Order: sequence, then C-alpha cells, then structure tokens
Amino acid sequence: MATASPVDAQVVDARHDYLLRLGDDSLVLGQRLSEWCGHAPVLEVDLSLANLSLDLIGQATHLLEEAGGGDGDRLAFHRDVLDFRNCLLVEQPNGDFARTIARHLLFSTWQHMLFQRLTQSSDRFLVEFSSKSVKEVAYHRELAAEWTIRLGDGTDESARRMAEGLDWNWRFVPELFEVDEMLEAVIDCGIAPDPREFEGEYRSAIAAILAEAKLEVPADQRPILGGRRGHHSEHLGHVLALMQFLPRTYPDATW
Amino acid sequence: MSHDWPLWEVFVRTKGGLSHRHFGSVHAPDAELALRHARDTYTRRQEGVSIWVVPSAAIVASDPEQAGELFEPAADKIYRHPTFYDIPDEVKHI
Repeated sequence: MATASPVDAQVVDARHDYLLRLGDDSLVLGQRLSEWCGHAPVLEVDLSLANLSLDLIGQATHLLEEAGGGDGDRLAFHRDVLDFRNCLLVEQPNGDFARTIARHLLFSTWQHMLFQRLTQSSDRFLVEFSSKSVKEVAYHRELAAEWTIRLGDGTDESARRMAEGLDWNWRFVPELFEVDEMLEAVIDCGIAPDPREFEGEYRSAIAAILAEAKLEVPADQRPILGGRRGHHSEHLGHVLALMQFLPRTYPDATW
Repeated sequence: MSHDWPLWEVFVRTKGGLSHRHFGSVHAPDAELALRHARDTYTRRQEGVSIWVVPSAAIVASDPEQAGELFEPAADKIYRHPTFYDIPDEVKHI
C-alpha cells in the first residue's frame, strides 16, 4: 500500500474497490473485444481489435494483481456477477463493427482522460501503472476516433450504423462521471481524480469528433447506473460464463 | 470490404541507424489508416522505431521477362565485385 502511516481501514477498502473498478473495466472490455477475433470485417481490423483487447487484458492483470495481493486470476475467474465493479458501458454487446467502435470511442476517451490524471495520483502503484498505460490508451482513443470519422463521414449505410451505435451506448456515459461514497473516499485522499472535473472536456472532445464525422451528438437519455455497485445488465453474466468456464471447471489447469 | 481498399507496402526501420526494410503489405482505405494497420500488423512485438507506407500502385517494378538482360551480364565479371579490399572492423552493415 502506498500510504504507510496509520492507514484508515475505510481508505484501504475504497482503494481496493477502486482497483476493482479500473481492473474490471479493462478486463470486461478486453474480453468483449476478443469476441471479434476471427470475425472482424477484414484481417487488418481483426488484428487491430485483438491488439486493443490484449492491451486491456494486460491492464487488468496489473490492476487485479494489485487488488488481489498478487493473485489476479482469483479475482478474474472466481468472482460472480454481483462482485464485478465495471461500468455498464464495457459489458454491452459488440453489435456490429460501428457499435463496437462507438463503445470504444466513448470508453477510451474517458479512460485516457482518467489515466492522464492518475499519473498525478498520491498512490505510487497507480502512478507507475498509469504512466505506462496512458500511452496505449492514447492509441486506442485515436484509433476509435479515426474509425468514427470514417464511418460517420462514409457511406449512407456506415453513417446510419455509426449513429445507431452511438445511440445505443450513449445512456451509459453518465455512469462514467458518477461519484458515489466509495469513489469520494479515494478522491479525498488524492488516490483518484474526480471524474466530474473532466466531464466538460470529455463532452467537448466527443462533440468535436462527431462534428468531424458529420454526426449529431445523440440526445441525452435516461442514464443507467449501477455497475459500480454490482448491478449489471444481463449481458455480463454471459461474458463471465464464457470467460470463467475453463478455470472453474478445471481449477488446476495450466496453460 | 478489403477488396475495395487499396494495397499499401509497409517498410519498417527496426532500429536507429538501419534502413527501412520491406515487411509486407496491408489493405487500408487511406494513408492514415494504412499506417495504423501497418503498426498493428507488423510492429506488435515492438520490432520498429519508424514505419513508412507507400501505395503499392506507386511502385515501379522491373519486368521479370527482362531479368536476363538486366541482371545476367554482371554475374561473370569478377573485376566488378570489390572483394579485394580489407574492410576495417569499425565499418558495420556493408
């Protein structure tokens, strides 16, 4: 733990919860993107999506090992849906390529802004982690933006699909900026940045990409929250069933 | 879809001081995405420090049918091959 002196038990809990939130975001999105492997529109895009997936699973490994005291696999493979702390956005189904890109634009833009600020965290582990990961996330953000612009400003069909993909994912954006008690506890001691401080910057950045893509910013819908407290959509259970089946059925398997 | 996309030749400089070397090719709708596809396809294991992409259509290639007249005459003229010099140890990559 970074804070050596008399450690408040509440802060330890909140830090653990925060590591799970970050780690589960990366893990679930990495698993989701891996579903594209062998199914992407073209070989080059298949490799791009697999690269994003592997970067995210690498992030999850670091974060969950830190949260699990060196045993990240236990957290990844032996927790049930209610114990996962990822945001609802990352567990949404891939849909078509445009919807996957929309989800990735909305998530990686947020993650990039978050990781930039995490490099100033009071927590030594998070500083080291984010200083390394912020570069790969910058690439994710740019790639998602490039594809959003090409699909939005492409054919009638690609523009329609891109707009539908954004519309589908838009209701999960407010959760990214929600601050509950657990998050407040790590914000107060400087471990986590306050996401509300970059919500304006986030919305302008997304609006700028969509303008370049000749797309409308989707209308705000009723926000859907709850992922950070373990209240997930029905989709996460299916993701976990596939991801956890092997290590749960064969606990001693090695590969 | 990739059949509609032009082909790009990919050249990668594997480390400072060496030349860019031909690695292969990728399909991409434009130059910017060609660079990204090249990065994702050929430098995933950190093999590169710099990438060039060139539209394959811009390559002017010699005609294989002319290989005889272009390349054969040099083969038996031993005096054209500078093999009689001592090369200093300090000279790399020659």
